[in-house]
Amino acid sequence: MSSADELSLLSTIISSLLLGIGLLFFVAGSVGMLRFPDSFSRLHAVTKADSLGLGAVIAGLMFYSSWWQNLLMLAIWLLVLASGAVSCQLLARFCKAKQDQA
Amino acid sequence: MTELSESLLLFLITAASLVAVGVYGFIIGPEPLRRILALNIISAGIFMLMVVLAYRGYDSAQATADPVLQALVLTGLVVALSATAFALTLLARLEPSSENSAPEGPEQ
Amino acid sequence: MSLLLFDTLLCGLLVALALASVLSRQLSHAVILYIAFGLLMALVWARLAAPDLALAEAAIGAGLTGALCFTALARQGQLTLSPRLSWQQRGWPALFVLLTLSGLLLALLQIPARPGPLPALVSQELADSGISHPVTAVLLNFRSWDTLLELLVLLLALLGTLQLAPAPAQQHSWALSRSWSQLLAPLIILLAGYVLWAGASQPGGAFQAGALLAAGAVVLKLNKQLSWLVWRNIWVRFFAVAGLGVFVIVALTAWLLQGVTAEPIWLRWPPEHAKYIILLIEIFATLAIAITLTLLVVAEQPETPLSLARAETAGGRGD
Repeated sequence: MSSADELSLLSTIISSLLLGIGLLFFVAGSVGMLRFPDSFSRLHAVTKADSLGLGAVIAGLMFYSSWWQNLLMLAIWLLVLASGAVSCQLLARFCKAKQDQA
Repeated sequence: MTELSESLLLFLITAASLVAVGVYGFIIGPEPLRRILALNIISAGIFMLMVVLAYRGYDSAQATADPVLQALVLTGLVVALSATAFALTLLARLEPSSENSAPEGPEQ
Repeated sequence: MSLLLFDTLLCGLLVALALASVLSRQLSHAVILYIAFGLLMALVWARLAAPDLALAEAAIGAGLTGALCFTALARQGQLTLSPRLSWQQRGWPALFVLLTLSGLLLALLQIPARPGPLPALVSQELADSGISHPVTAVLLNFRSWDTLLELLVLLLALLGTLQLAPAPAQQHSWALSRSWSQLLAPLIILLAGYVLWAGASQPGGAFQAGALLAAGAVVLKLNKQLSWLVWRNIWVRFFAVAGLGVFVIVALTAWLLQGVTAEPIWLRWPPEHAKYIILLIEIFATLAIAITLTLLVVAEQPETPLSLARAETAGGRGD
């Protein structure tokens, strides 16, 4: 277990960098969802960019917590990745079916 | 005037605003489903008010929030959900959709 | 300071989402905004030192309410834009609401900053409750009347819904979502069991575990799984009623046994057995809550002779 003030300078820099990258991806994903023209590209923006952003944020947070918490965070990321992939697939199929109907 | 901390004041004002927004939505409607959502927003505001009241003692030396209020809100959350479910079922009976336009059975 | 910034953002987002949900002219947008609002509420509970509520809200606000609202939305059929209201139709309610809001704020600002005597009382009596987590102790020992009546309310809502439930909309499930929900099922059962068990000493308990189980069961039901989980099944009926029944039986037994030694008090557990009594009630309450919430959300019309006749006439007219 290491708290924030025990962290070395290098780990602080790396973790801040990772957190920053994660936030950047989140912003990119959200902007994509708001700005992209059709459902498919919006889905692509949200699921890909946000999963990657979440991964980067979790990697950045791992410097601050114990190994058990790290394991749990990793499990959360994997679950979010998988359910993101599944729900993206379902929504895309639904949109495709609607498009074919029209 | 009270000496509540800034954050608590902020949450109090938000809770009151949520109640106000909910009441406004409940009045102007116009669809029944939106009125049910507005009722839920009112209840969210009230729950938030109760949780803020429970949080008051948290800052001071005694480091627990009021468990009685939190237990009441926990009960309220589940009751609100069941009431919403019942209201939505009533709504479905009230206005049958176009594809399902024959809800009246032969007993009428 | 940074926490104040976070609070401001959170509160601003909440009010904005609620306003947008109320004012948006498309009903589907209103529903989606409301679901986002429910998700943020879970964050608010976590911020306001109420992890029990955050757990319950994450399962209820984000999962079950979403399924409920989308089902209702699907029943609405063809959606049209809401009519634009004239300024009088908007103005007078807004004036009324603003007056109410200012009155409410005036009243709220009088609230004393010190908590009442209840938290101290709870922590003083906690040792005798058989449980070390105050919220669970309040729910199942000090104020168990609330919980008992709440189980009754849930049961009544379920019975009402089952009487009225319309025929379920035709839906098909995709293989991908089916297998993913099957994969998640053991995880949800594990999590619900842990949350129930942890409720004795940490945030958690019957409501959260029941809501979690229900959320998992709803996903499975929407994917055409769990075909045994219908009101026709006698065991489902038994466990839906058992939450209330076990509670009442245990309370009666405790009441009668108390009468031997002292003046009996309704819903007072003997301190030496309290832990086991509460665990027993909680296990049955969890199952009852899970079953009730699941059936409330994916209410299927029970196949009575009346409903069958109804379905026949509906089909006949459709041809």
